Amino acid sequence: MKIGLFIPCYVNQLYPEVGMATLQLLEQFGEVEYPTSQTCCGQPMANSGCEKDSIGSIKVFFEAFQKYDVVVGPSASCVLHLREHGVKLFPEAKEVIDKTYDLTEFLYDVVEVRSLESYFPYKVALHKSCHGLRGMRLGSCSEKVERLPNKQRQLLKMVDGIQLIFPSRRDECCGFGGTFSVTESDVSVRMGNDRIQDYMNNGAEYITSGDMSCLMHLEGLIQRQKLDIKIIHLSQILSSDIKKKTEQKAPKLTTHA
Amino acid sequence: MGISTHPDEAKAFNKQSERVTWHDKTLWFVREKRDKSVHQLPEWETLRELAAQIKAHTLSHLDDYLLQFEKQAKKNGIKVHWAKDAEDHNQIVKDILIKHEAKKVVKSKSMLTEECGLNPYLSNEGIEVIDTDLGERIVQLAKEKPSHIVLPAIHKKKEEVGELFHQHLQTDKGATDPTYLTEAARQHLREQFLTADAAITGVNFAVAETGGFVVCTNEGNVDMGANLAKVHIASMGIEKIIPLKKHLGIFLRLLARSATGQPITTYSSHFHKPKKGKELHIILVDNGRTKQLSKPDFRSSLNCIRCGACMNTCPVYRRSGGHSYNYSIPGPIGAILSPGKDLNKYSSLPFASTLCGSCTDVCPVKIDIHTQLYKWRQIIGDKGHLPPSKKWSMKITGKVMGHPKTFHIVSLLGTTLLKSPKMILNNPFNTWGKDRDLPQPKHTFSHWYKKQNKHEEQ
Repeated sequence: MKIGLFIPCYVNQLYPEVGMATLQLLEQFGEVEYPTSQTCCGQPMANSGCEKDSIGSIKVFFEAFQKYDVVVGPSASCVLHLREHGVKLFPEAKEVIDKTYDLTEFLYDVVEVRSLESYFPYKVALHKSCHGLRGMRLGSCSEKVERLPNKQRQLLKMVDGIQLIFPSRRDECCGFGGTFSVTESDVSVRMGNDRIQDYMNNGAEYITSGDMSCLMHLEGLIQRQKLDIKIIHLSQILSSDIKKKTEQKAPKLTTHA
Repeated sequence: MGISTHPDEAKAFNKQSERVTWHDKTLWFVREKRDKSVHQLPEWETLRELAAQIKAHTLSHLDDYLLQFEKQAKKNGIKVHWAKDAEDHNQIVKDILIKHEAKKVVKSKSMLTEECGLNPYLSNEGIEVIDTDLGERIVQLAKEKPSHIVLPAIHKKKEEVGELFHQHLQTDKGATDPTYLTEAARQHLREQFLTADAAITGVNFAVAETGGFVVCTNEGNVDMGANLAKVHIASMGIEKIIPLKKHLGIFLRLLARSATGQPITTYSSHFHKPKKGKELHIILVDNGRTKQLSKPDFRSSLNCIRCGACMNTCPVYRRSGGHSYNYSIPGPIGAILSPGKDLNKYSSLPFASTLCGSCTDVCPVKIDIHTQLYKWRQIIGDKGHLPPSKKWSMKITGKVMGHPKTFHIVSLLGTTLLKSPKMILNNPFNTWGKDRDLPQPKHTFSHWYKKQNKHEEQ
């Protein structure tokens, strides 16, 4: 399987390690290539009321990813945007967008991963990004009377040593919301701080999510206030060090360390 | 210009951090009650679907059902009026009241009269209007507007209510006990009911089949007002019509659970005909509803049964307060109804959302609220109502993202910029940096990938 790696613009720019982790994970399932001509899904413009200004980026996406069997990116939000609005804005891209998946979907639904060799011995809270949860239905939301598998939690459960922490409000928004975080900065900051407190109050050492944008906002607040909690993208936990696992489980063999 | 925007109002609300905490927690408590209550019904999603379908059907045959309602209502002896806008509505109310020489009116449960500005209109005519819903009475005494459609005084703390009642109802100074204060309000309102000349109520559901209508309250104030006064005027938006009596069961179950988590409201008062010697009027109000109906992308906003669940669930509403929307219906639903009324005045409201979608999933009549917020944003952009800074920054970003080479140059510049000292980065023009840091990566992913691949090739 020829996999096109889709790295959202802000992940490329600010969180290269998330791109690396995603690449490492995907390499287990096929030949992965990162087309360097890719730019952005167009969501920032579209959510700001300027979706026409985003057509150029969707064209670039279409051209960059045509040749792959599947396209995978570590962001439910960007993939959802392409599906919900990208196709309408540039219908020629439909074929490419139809084979584009968020990392969780790819792992859980496409290659149906049911076990992993990863190890992450920490208390981790899963922050469900709204676009993944309510847009992509990666799990059931608290508003509806429904039972869907929580795909991200299922993936995390495959990680050795992990202890999942549950917040009191299980799926409230972090307050990022793209340009909302700037235009409605006061409410956005307040929402983010409330989420962090909820995770901290329940004893989490890490907050993870399938969307780095939520985590970028939360991390920004955490660092400014020097809070005792860290953020980590889902891909980084799922690809977390296998060697370390060997070291921990069989300490006698680790003399080279 | 000069119009206060949601971000300005939200900023002001957020200056009182403790009030935000309390406002958020109080409404979240209601949302949790709602969750417990709906999760008791395995058929909840079926009910929502049924309600959405009934509403869609009704809206596509609205004229037929309204005429059927009028015919049935008239047959029962109800006087039916049609109002094309707020002014028309207020004029009709005034004419009825003047005919009956009414000087004092008790009013209950009507966001529509709020929408039409009836209270100040009647006051100007020398007619006293007493709001009888406890929350509405509180905001009326405080000379404020409701901040929530079901919990109009939710922004007021009990200490503030105590002070207000001390001033207006002569309760003890410093009293905050809810039972004591409620009892004082009850005594005060009882007197108003007994001395009122007319009663005005809202309408939750009007049934085309029977020509009757239903008003839901928890305090019984609709019954008190409507049964005591010699004339009862009910004001309803034309979208409140449902075809059959049997549909009531669906909507009454959805309404109460979504609003407060109750299985059903304490009082569901059904009105079919005037009492002997009394008059019953109903005013069918358009006031922009047919205009909204004509817009396919937004017509389902008329499904709204005014339960307030979207407000309780909205994390932005909970942290900015109902007054920040500056519209009679606040919150997510207000943000999709208001631009249809005045696109310029309300152009900041569709942006008062993270598009988290919780409003859509909580809505008992399945209005795709967050999708409509997104659609309004595009209309606001197309019609030139965006702030110039946003418009131009998006245009430039769009150009950059459409050209990979330019994107990579900008991306490299970005990495350099991020390495600047935080003092420079967090300047007053950088709103993000006011409360948040940005990471300082050494390189971009694409830079790393290219280097990696070159290395492998060697």
